Amino acid sequence: MNSRLQQFLPWFVVGLLALFPLLENTFYMQLLTKVLIMAIFAMSLDLLVGYTGLVSFGHAAYFGLAGYALALMVPKYEAVSLWWSLPAAIGVCALFALVTGMLVLRTRGIYFIMVTLAFAQMLFFVFHDTKLGGGSDGAYIYVKPAMKLGDFEMANLEKPAQFYWLALFLMAATYLLLRRVLGSSFGRALLGIKVNEHRMRALGFPVFRYQLASFTLSGSLAGIAGYLAAVQYGFGNPEILSWHQSGAVLMMGILGGMGTLYGSVIGAGAFVLLQEVLSNQAWFGAAAKHWQLAMGIFIMLVALYMPQGLAGLAQKFRGKPATEGADE
Amino acid sequence: MDFAFFLIQLLNGLQYGLLLFLVASGLTLVFGIMGIINLAHGSFYMVGAYLAWSLSSLTGSLTAAILLAIPLTVVLGMALERLLFRHLYQRDHLYQVLLTYGLILVFEELRSLIWGDDVLGVAVPALLNASIPLTENLSYPVYRLAISGVCLLLAAALYFLIQKTRLGMMIRAGASNRDMVQSLGIDIKLIYTLVFALGIALAAFAGMINAPLSSVFPNMGSQVLIICFVVVVIGGIGSVKGALAASLMIGLAETFGTVLVPEVAGMIVYVLMAIVLVWRPEGLFGGRA
Amino acid sequence: MSQNDKDVFARRGFLKGTAAIAGVAAVGTLLPSTGALAQQAKLKVGLMLPYTGTFAQLGVAITNGFKLAVDERGGKLAGREIEFITVDDESNPAKAPENVNKLVQRDKVDVVIGTVHSGVAMGMAKVIRESGTLWINPNAGADEVTGPLCAPNIFRTSFSNWQTTHALGKVLKAKGHKNAVFITWKYAAGEQMMAGFKEGFEKEGGKLTKELYVPFPQVEFQALLTEIASIKPDAVVAFFAGGGAAKFLKDYQAAGLKGKIPLYGSGFLTDGVLDAVGDAAEGIETTLHYADGLDTKKDKAFRLAYAKTFKLQPDVYAVQGYDAGQLLAAGLDAVKGNVADKAGMIKAMEAAKIDSPRGPWTLSKSHNPVQDMYLRKVVGKENKVQGVAWKALADPARGCKA
Repeated sequence: MNSRLQQFLPWFVVGLLALFPLLENTFYMQLLTKVLIMAIFAMSLDLLVGYTGLVSFGHAAYFGLAGYALALMVPKYEAVSLWWSLPAAIGVCALFALVTGMLVLRTRGIYFIMVTLAFAQMLFFVFHDTKLGGGSDGAYIYVKPAMKLGDFEMANLEKPAQFYWLALFLMAATYLLLRRVLGSSFGRALLGIKVNEHRMRALGFPVFRYQLASFTLSGSLAGIAGYLAAVQYGFGNPEILSWHQSGAVLMMGILGGMGTLYGSVIGAGAFVLLQEVLSNQAWFGAAAKHWQLAMGIFIMLVALYMPQGLAGLAQKFRGKPATEGADE
Repeated sequence: MDFAFFLIQLLNGLQYGLLLFLVASGLTLVFGIMGIINLAHGSFYMVGAYLAWSLSSLTGSLTAAILLAIPLTVVLGMALERLLFRHLYQRDHLYQVLLTYGLILVFEELRSLIWGDDVLGVAVPALLNASIPLTENLSYPVYRLAISGVCLLLAAALYFLIQKTRLGMMIRAGASNRDMVQSLGIDIKLIYTLVFALGIALAAFAGMINAPLSSVFPNMGSQVLIICFVVVVIGGIGSVKGALAASLMIGLAETFGTVLVPEVAGMIVYVLMAIVLVWRPEGLFGGRA
Repeated sequence: MSQNDKDVFARRGFLKGTAAIAGVAAVGTLLPSTGALAQQAKLKVGLMLPYTGTFAQLGVAITNGFKLAVDERGGKLAGREIEFITVDDESNPAKAPENVNKLVQRDKVDVVIGTVHSGVAMGMAKVIRESGTLWINPNAGADEVTGPLCAPNIFRTSFSNWQTTHALGKVLKAKGHKNAVFITWKYAAGEQMMAGFKEGFEKEGGKLTKELYVPFPQVEFQALLTEIASIKPDAVVAFFAGGGAAKFLKDYQAAGLKGKIPLYGSGFLTDGVLDAVGDAAEGIETTLHYADGLDTKKDKAFRLAYAKTFKLQPDVYAVQGYDAGQLLAAGLDAVKGNVADKAGMIKAMEAAKIDSPRGPWTLSKSHNPVQDMYLRKVVGKENKVQGVAWKALADPARGCKA
């Protein structure tokens, strides 16, 4: 594929997606909104797993934390302003990522996987067992955040289409931001650390600080996704930061192809739609009851036979390695 | 809480910890020796419990059920190692996480298809179905004592196996240097298969002996799994000794936490883990098998 | 792929699929196909219940009960054929808004029946309140559903958590117990049942000495049982359900507390677990809105029909599902099947007197059953009725402004 097309393809896709609300199918538009949110979530994890070489199994912690942060900021029957609540939610995630990052980055490999999982579980229990976020029943956001400039209402998020466009915009923004970050010298250093940590350390790179920065950025971006998810459903529950959620987002990333940002987007879409299709009783009747069986087998097959994910599959036909963004 | 009750709570904590040890020791061995992260480890605990239920209602005796079920779980472990896990030794942990995550879903659904979603009960063996009166209105179940005893025996056996036998020596050598062991003419693949099967059998056995106490129910494995992760992190990967120490620590922390500070009981073990991480990132007994 | 194509494809597949499901439903309920009424569109009933996971059995019992109520009316409600659309909510609260959205937005159902898990019900409430879709809740007991979240279109045919333990205060007083300890899981349902009991018990002059909580859904009770033994209360009141209940009952016996300190509970403590616990539950007394051995004509007929149709014994969940069907029928009959007349339907449902297997009940202002709470005692494999612990108990519906 020539590079010109490659440059414009993402924008073409975004433009096409922006037209979707014209179909006026609320249900599928909301489903697509979920895909967009999950795409942000999966991209944030890709930064960590695909580009920094740190396999986190507790990424849902940041996703859920942002949702709870919003739920706690919203007055009961009034709208909170998006202009400060979104940055605040991201800030909370960044702070939590920074603190946990300092602890978990002391470990490597299997340890890292387990420790990130355990910290996510800790947060799970904080929200599950204390009154802070309504316990196991969760917290509610009765009114969606407002987007006002002075008295002018920029968007009404209660309208599914406008919320969809916001999610699309933030997805594109996240993609752009990550492209910029990964293309910078910082991004190249991360990739260097992923390939050979010792060499980078020997070269004088402050490996720990680079990793911590990546970990914090990743957690913050997951916060954007978590914020949006909480707005979409008006509801925060401990389940959103459970390890199933962490597993699901890992699956999305791998399904799409780790180390390729657009792969995360494809993976999120494929995963959400697959889940939707497999559990649809209208299509599969009684077998839909056991959709998790099909999902489980599918996940295992991907792990065994499709390590590069869908992006890798696509690249294979073109004979290119699947990693983009930072050419060494 | 007076002294007698303090002692009883101590007993409760130790018993819970010892049971955790059975599950966690298998996990830590597989981690440490084969470098495999196995999220489905908890599922084998569940499989053990369900097998105990099926076979004990078939034979009418839990002991017979356990004797029948152990070979079954060993075979299951060996088969899974050959068919699935073997392909993942050289691969990134990421894929191990993914494969075993998928495996959990498969196990849960198969469980639902085979055994349904009911809560099932397993009877305590008649011989052990008694209680020792401790205070005027509290007794301690003999079966709990028996479990603790069995766990202690197994811990000792495991220590002996790894430290004192030729097989144990090969296992330890295999953990530190796979290629060297192979060049000495030892079949490392066989050792891996054995270790994996041993780990799974231990988890399943824990599920079996605990079935009369815990009942048998869906998703029972995932609760145990996460706590066992914490055990392994605190104890140090690959260290059976560490797993024992950490299991007992967690058993006691949870028991006394539930009684003394019920509001934060769910978090205690994780806070404990965070402290250990700051203090010793490689775990209490990290780096030794 | 163009978005357009995908959508058309999805919609076509979906239409075909619903036709298939309707076919299955028709066979399942032995619908007499008269054809005369086929002109009128089918009534779309969305069943959002757990069909997998811990509560799967409950979801099935509720579905069966509901379908039995429809069967008894010739497979139709107010002359309209029924099209069932099911969504498995997996008892996962995090997915609740999304799942109920499927029924409301995608399938545009006329009425939603669901669910079991209180957290899921709370997640449903927001979507339901926004869309105004008729919702009949056949189990989830969260007080809020007919409290602060109450709405004209929200109905419940089961219980509020408060109701299930409130009558126990009277029961304990009658037995001469002056103080008690309450033990449950630390989550909303447990806390609400605790509050319901506390209020009832203190009104009778009793004292709740201690509230003991186990993190949900853990089942390691040994430490707290030891504490109970050291407190030595007159009585212990417990709420656990399913696997947790089975384990609690066995541990209580094994710890030697059974027979020394009497154990009471909300009925869920001993419902559906008697096969699993052996004699550990024998003699335990609980309160609930249903019991074995009620021996009314309605109950006998219901049990017989249920056993014949589904080859299963009905339980309290089946009754709640059955009553959901009865309540819907009452509303539809009043408007002759015209669901567009929502106000008329709601009015009729509010006024309905449901002839339930549990005994007749009516709805409170907040749309929760006003019902007799039975005192039951475990005898063998049955929760045998001992009498009525509280006649026509109504939930206080705190916070309901509708």
